[in-house]
Amino acid sequence: MNRILGLHVGVIALLLALHFVLPDYHHVSLARILVLTVYALGYNLLFGYTGLLSLGHALFFAAGLYGAGMSMQAYGWTAGPGFLFGFSCAVLMALGIGLLALRTAGVSFMIVTLMFSQVGYLTTLYFNEHTRGDEGFVIPLELRQVFSIDLSVEDTRYLAALALFAVAVLIKLAIVRSPTGRILVAIRENEERTRMLGYDPFRYKLTALVLSGAFAGASGAAYGILFGYVGASFASIQYSILPLLYVLMGGVGTVLGPLVGTVAMFYLIDIASGLTSAYLFFVGAALVILILVAPKGILGSIRDRWARWLP
Amino acid sequence: MTDQGPKSTTQKKQFSRRDTLKTVAAGGLAAAALPLAGRFNQAHSAEPIRIGFQAHRTGIGAAYGRWYERTTMAAAQLINDGGGINGRPVEIVTEDDGTDPKRGAEVVEKFAIQHKTDIVFGTLFSHVVIGSAPRAGELKIPYFVVSEGHHVASGKLNRYVLQPGITDVKSQVSSMAPWVSGNLGKKVTMIFPDFAFGHDHRDYFSAAMAAQGGEVIEKIAIPPTETNFFKYFPRIPKETEVLYHVMVGPGVLTFVKEMGQFFGGDRPEIFGFIDSLEAVDLASPGLEALEGTYFWEAFPRYAQNDGSNPHDAFYREKVGVDANGASLNDPKDISTYSHMFGCWETLHIIKQGMEAAGYQGPDDRAKLIEAVESFTEFPESQAHPQGMKTFNGKTHQAFGIQNISKVNEGKLGVVHRTSIEDSLYEPEVDYTQMPL
Repeated sequence: MNRILGLHVGVIALLLALHFVLPDYHHVSLARILVLTVYALGYNLLFGYTGLLSLGHALFFAAGLYGAGMSMQAYGWTAGPGFLFGFSCAVLMALGIGLLALRTAGVSFMIVTLMFSQVGYLTTLYFNEHTRGDEGFVIPLELRQVFSIDLSVEDTRYLAALALFAVAVLIKLAIVRSPTGRILVAIRENEERTRMLGYDPFRYKLTALVLSGAFAGASGAAYGILFGYVGASFASIQYSILPLLYVLMGGVGTVLGPLVGTVAMFYLIDIASGLTSAYLFFVGAALVILILVAPKGILGSIRDRWARWLP
Repeated sequence: MTDQGPKSTTQKKQFSRRDTLKTVAAGGLAAAALPLAGRFNQAHSAEPIRIGFQAHRTGIGAAYGRWYERTTMAAAQLINDGGGINGRPVEIVTEDDGTDPKRGAEVVEKFAIQHKTDIVFGTLFSHVVIGSAPRAGELKIPYFVVSEGHHVASGKLNRYVLQPGITDVKSQVSSMAPWVSGNLGKKVTMIFPDFAFGHDHRDYFSAAMAAQGGEVIEKIAIPPTETNFFKYFPRIPKETEVLYHVMVGPGVLTFVKEMGQFFGGDRPEIFGFIDSLEAVDLASPGLEALEGTYFWEAFPRYAQNDGSNPHDAFYREKVGVDANGASLNDPKDISTYSHMFGCWETLHIIKQGMEAAGYQGPDDRAKLIEAVESFTEFPESQAHPQGMKTFNGKTHQAFGIQNISKVNEGKLGVVHRTSIEDSLYEPEVDYTQMPL
């Protein structure tokens, strides 16, 4: 356990050290990556550990994003209350959707979550008077503060993103190492056998979905606050697929895999788009190669071959 | 007008990060990064002016983006042939934003920090502009958009965002109302997409018609994902004199075809915005129903040959567009003629602004903003082939003439030109009061 905790604290410490030495562009990019990694961490909890493939997580990300942005804009709240409100919106959304969607399983679960997510996306368009629909809106600069600390400045943005990531990764580590986490894995491996052992899979799957939605909501709220924009594109299907890709690339069912996957995917797009307008081809090719060579993702394959102790 | 006040506490932290970075570099750990940083930090006067072009090469805006890029390259070539800006050549650095606001913001960061461009320029789609604008303001890099959206003049954005080379949708829509009410009818039914772009048309045109004594008697919002439009047409009141449509996206051709089938030969006057059919050949099957209908155009796609625009031919030749608004290389490759001139004109305004500010490098970005804010008009010229424009430095928005064209034998012919005064509205913001 000490080795595992040391690794994760070490990664956080490394990211803190990078704050001081990274060139500016990578420093800015890493702040965004860390926020999106929190989204992927939550997604992996549901997909990688519980075995539930959702195609509707953009709904929870958007609930956090819009919850924070709209409350800040409407009531003049600063970042702290805005974040908490956005986070709460996502948790409640995940609870409500979970109670309905978890009555299904497998492909049906994917489709039901996708449908709910599309409803959320279209809602952001229909209530244009409040959301500004597809255009979105800017969160006023003066509200993007917490305890008078300006979160729109590069340094504080990075540190805030790192703090969120650190809390998220440690919570996730605690969850997956806890008895609850082991039951989630048991459900993934054999739901009926888990039920036979006396556990209620529905309750645990709902817990996983709410926790996963909470991570997504925290990420969405932080994204809006740190980067100043709220828009419907973040509620679209594309943003339900992205965390899946991050997780597939980084390592399904690993705690740090989403970080590896988000970093890899960001730079893959960033570099490839500078070379060709067909950069999505590179993304597709990378995923195909990965599935052929390392089907459990980068960190998942490392765990299988060299470090079986990785959580 | 530079005000560093609000940033003072955080800037102290920035120094500490930079100090650390320098220390590490001096110790050799960042040795590999030093040549790169040194190269980018040099600002010799003979070095080019680097303009970051945020292009919609992929995504929903790709058809526009292709022509925005061609126009931008043609304008840059013309400026360089004329001696560049302040004697320095212009270099266009292009990055694809995927017509996505998240990627758009990342691209602005890439321009400002990695490419170290002097400014960012050229964005069209509103959600990309609004998603990118906060980062442009935070990075203090001038962001010249060619978007047509009202978001700049509405005051939603920040002082670093300007739209001097193209008019906005509010002024375009407002300026149509006097002619529509005076020539086509006073009872209007509007059909529009049920999202922000359509709602802007609904709200601005309704208000403008009311000011003319007209009335919008029915507003039919079409859901964004709709593919079957027949069920909406029965909602058009019989007393409708003018049908106003602004549909966009892949459903446009179906919409027009079904509208033609619904009305047959007995239809009200029909007025639309060319946004629906930019990059679309009017000779496309199904568009016959548009014969005899009217369109707003910023810059007439078909050369008018009536002497009304002495610079149109020059502009077409330089960009590579024929008299029908198609590529000289491919007559089926239709341009986005009513929008892309904005890139041409904006680049020339950037040149004018940099020369007025004595721009030398990124340290002069604030001077560039102030110089452009001081401009009041851009006379019709080779640099401004669409026509004369006035500019409101407080709202960062240009105003210009608009055209109303009629489809005749599959081609658009101008029947009316508005005045600039028709398109003016009360300022909603004064960006000059914001710190730089």
